[in-house]
Amino acid sequence: MIFDPFKASASDKTLSMPPSQADFLRDSAFRYLAYFGALSIVLLVAYIVFELGVQALPAIQTHGFGFITGTTWNASEEEFGVLPEIWGTLYSSLIALIIGGTFGVGIAIFLTQGFVHAKMEVTFRTIIELLAAIPSVVYGLWGIYVLIPMLVPVAQWLHETLGWFPLFSTELGGPGLAPAALVLAIMVLPTVAAISTDAFRRIPYKVKEAAYGMGATKWEVILKVMLPTASSGILAGLVLGFGRALGETMALAMLIGNVNNISLSLFDPANTLASLLASTFPEAGQIEIQALMYAALVLLAITLVVNLLGLAVQQYTMRKFEGKK
Amino acid sequence: MSEVNEQMMPPKVVLPKLEKNLYEARAIKSFLLTAMVWGLVILASIPLFSVIYMLIVEGGARLDWEAITALPPAGFETGGGFGNAIVGTLVMVGIASAISIPVGVLAAVYLSILEPQSKLATTSRFLAKVLTGFPSILAGVFVYAILVITTKTYSAWAGGVALAVLMLPTVTLAAEEAMRQVPQRMRDAAFGMGCTRTQVIFKVILPTGMPGILTGVILAVAGAAGESAPLLFTALFSNYYMAELAEPTASLSILIYNFSGMPFENQIELAWAASLALVVMVLFFNILARIVGRSKF
Repeated sequence: MIFDPFKASASDKTLSMPPSQADFLRDSAFRYLAYFGALSIVLLVAYIVFELGVQALPAIQTHGFGFITGTTWNASEEEFGVLPEIWGTLYSSLIALIIGGTFGVGIAIFLTQGFVHAKMEVTFRTIIELLAAIPSVVYGLWGIYVLIPMLVPVAQWLHETLGWFPLFSTELGGPGLAPAALVLAIMVLPTVAAISTDAFRRIPYKVKEAAYGMGATKWEVILKVMLPTASSGILAGLVLGFGRALGETMALAMLIGNVNNISLSLFDPANTLASLLASTFPEAGQIEIQALMYAALVLLAITLVVNLLGLAVQQYTMRKFEGKK
Repeated sequence: MSEVNEQMMPPKVVLPKLEKNLYEARAIKSFLLTAMVWGLVILASIPLFSVIYMLIVEGGARLDWEAITALPPAGFETGGGFGNAIVGTLVMVGIASAISIPVGVLAAVYLSILEPQSKLATTSRFLAKVLTGFPSILAGVFVYAILVITTKTYSAWAGGVALAVLMLPTVTLAAEEAMRQVPQRMRDAAFGMGCTRTQVIFKVILPTGMPGILTGVILAVAGAAGESAPLLFTALFSNYYMAELAEPTASLSILIYNFSGMPFENQIELAWAASLALVVMVLFFNILARIVGRSKF
């Protein structure tokens, strides 16, 4: 029998008992399981990057850097280039960010700066959260049958009166950049609003009180004190929202027209990397699939850079307010 | 008397005007900006109400028993429904939950309790955050490469795994946050009574953090149910009820995508009805998450 310090110190009448051998075993087994759980996330990311790289390798070898600068996608002639898709991805996301960002920040101000009673704030916050909960395909469907018919006359009018302006230089003939970017803006808005709301909430209450105490009006407080203080948090929200927009697939595949086209006009059809994947992948042959894997890798690289940037800004903000780590 | 009064009066002080002048530039600016913010908020709510209105009017008209049980119609057929797609969505979300919830909660235990400051924890927390911003279609491409190419068939398995890739980081981060909220003194008390770490986790931290964990998990499930991009070329689509897990499987979101572009009235109506079914499903999970999150144990 091994000497057990627990048993030796306990009297015979005690109810308490030391952890048994099985308890210790269960403890370390569980800790190893948890360890592997945490490890699995790291392995998953590594595996994703590795696997996409391996799959894209043949295409990278054949097409090289010309893939990124090429402008045609022709499977029958094995000619692949994604410059129009990269342009479309960045351009549509940027427009979406400008619109969705304005609304998102506006809503964050509305929800945090005491415009309505706290109970109403909850109602509006729920509406914004529900906006985020609606699936992307449903927005796509809504875009096709509600937004596009609504936009066509507006676009026609803009083209006729302001046709010299590059943004309105063509007519909207159905799917195109404008409806796609608008739906994208609706989808970016909740992300920006949520992160910006958080940034406003982090500002200590006394900062606001001090500003009011000096006789500033509500908007002087918001514009001169709250916004600058929350600016890095808002920036993080904008960058992460941009990342979200870059990777959005279904609504864009349904609304953007899937035409390889580099144009400034909002009413031209265009294409994005994600919707290229969505629309081409199911019917692609082997060579084309390799090229699509390359396109997926390009998309991964772009979103990774943007997301890392956003997270870095977010970390910076947290450090600024909490002064730790 | 009047003399006394005059003596008692305090010296006259010229006070600045303390009233707010409504026509002062900054007051007008304030008013305009307030109106603008109200406008933004109302404008931003319009799409939601428009979507809900369309779903109820267009989708509600077709959402009957036939729609939720029958098989999808071909070309010019009338009637039909999307029963197989509902089953497919539920099965694939089930597979994804069965994979991602245990792994995610285990990872969260490690991140929040076991070794919160270790190198592995910092790395995997960071990567989980990166993964939440990961384009969902890339999960589809990834699973296509590892499962569809190797097994040579589109399958519900592949669809489920692709959804699991997307759910894992959400579940992990939400569960970590929920467990972090458990007060330190409760843990200390349990340790003080001689519990092992595993006992503390199972008897104190998991039960206390359960509402928060469940909220995160349910929201992740809701998100997965609405996803379509990762299913596009992992589960593909099927016009029949699933017989086994290793065959192409229908899902609501892919059905909506396929039917939305068809030139047939019947299919478009069904796409709206399927959208309504999908949104009801997703909103049900969202509301459930809110109710669970509010309850305290």
